Amino acid sequence: MAVKIRDLVEPLEATVLVAGDMEREIRGGYCGDLLSDCIAHAVEDSVWVTVQSHPNVIAVAILVGIPCVVVVNNYDVDKETLDRAQKEGITVLRTPLSAFEAVARLSALGIPGKKRREH
Amino acid sequence: MTDEKPLIEIERTITGGDFQSAGDVSSELKRILQQIGFPAAFSRRVVIAAYEAEMNVVIHAFRGVFRAWIFPQRIHIEVDDEGPGIPDLELAFQEGYSTAPPHIREMGFGAGYGLSNMKKCSDRLEIDTRVGEGTKVIMDFFLNPDS
Repeated sequence: MAVKIRDLVEPLEATVLVAGDMEREIRGGYCGDLLSDCIAHAVEDSVWVTVQSHPNVIAVAILVGIPCVVVVNNYDVDKETLDRAQKEGITVLRTPLSAFEAVARLSALGIPGKKRREH
Repeated sequence: MTDEKPLIEIERTITGGDFQSAGDVSSELKRILQQIGFPAAFSRRVVIAAYEAEMNVVIHAFRGVFRAWIFPQRIHIEVDDEGPGIPDLELAFQEGYSTAPPHIREMGFGAGYGLSNMKKCSDRLEIDTRVGEGTKVIMDFFLNPDS
C-alpha cells in the first residue's frame, strides 16, 4: 500500500510546520546530516530524517527531489527554512523522537531505505 | 570546443559565505535540465557536481562565477572563484578531508566529499588552482559517455 506524507504525521508524533502536498507518495527513506552525503545517496521521493534545520536543507531537498523533511529531537527550525519550504511546496515535520526512533517508525510503515547507485 | 551551438548558456555569480542563497544556481540548473528533458539519472549527476562546485565557492571563496553551456548531447560547466586556492589537490580529493571550519561542518557542509562527488559524477574534471588567488573547476558531462 502506498504511503503518503500525511500517513507519516501520526506515527512520528510530528508537528506539521509546513504542509506541502500531503497526498504525495513516499517511496523511500534517507537519514543523515551531511548534505554532501544526502545529495549523493538519497533517492527521489524519499522522506529525509535529519537534525539539520537551516535553509540549505530545503535547497538539497529540491535538488534531490525530496518532498518531506523530518527534523528530529524537536530542534528549532529557522524561519527562513520554513519560508523556503513553503515557497517550494516541501513538507517540514518536526518530531520529538530521536532519528533512530523516527526511522524505526517509518520503517514499520513499510518505507524502504533506498540508496542511489553511484556511477 | 567545437563550433556547435549550445541550447542554453547560463552565467551566475556566487557570493562566498552566503548560505542563504547557496544551492540556488544548482536548483536553477536542475529546472533547466528537466525542462529540456534530459534523462533523470543524467540530470542528477550533473546537478550533484554543480551543487558541490557551487558550495565550494560559498564555503571557501570570496566570490565566484558559475557558467554552464548546455548542448543537446553534453554539458560543460566552469566555476571560477577568487579565494584561497587549494594547496594540496591530492589531499583535497581524499574523501573526508576538509578544511571547512567547525561551525560550517556543524551545519552539515564541508564534510570532505565535494571534490570526490564531482569526480564521480562528471565525465571529465579539471581543476586549476593557485594558492592565494583562486580556483577554477571545469567539468564535462556526456549524455552517452562511451560514444
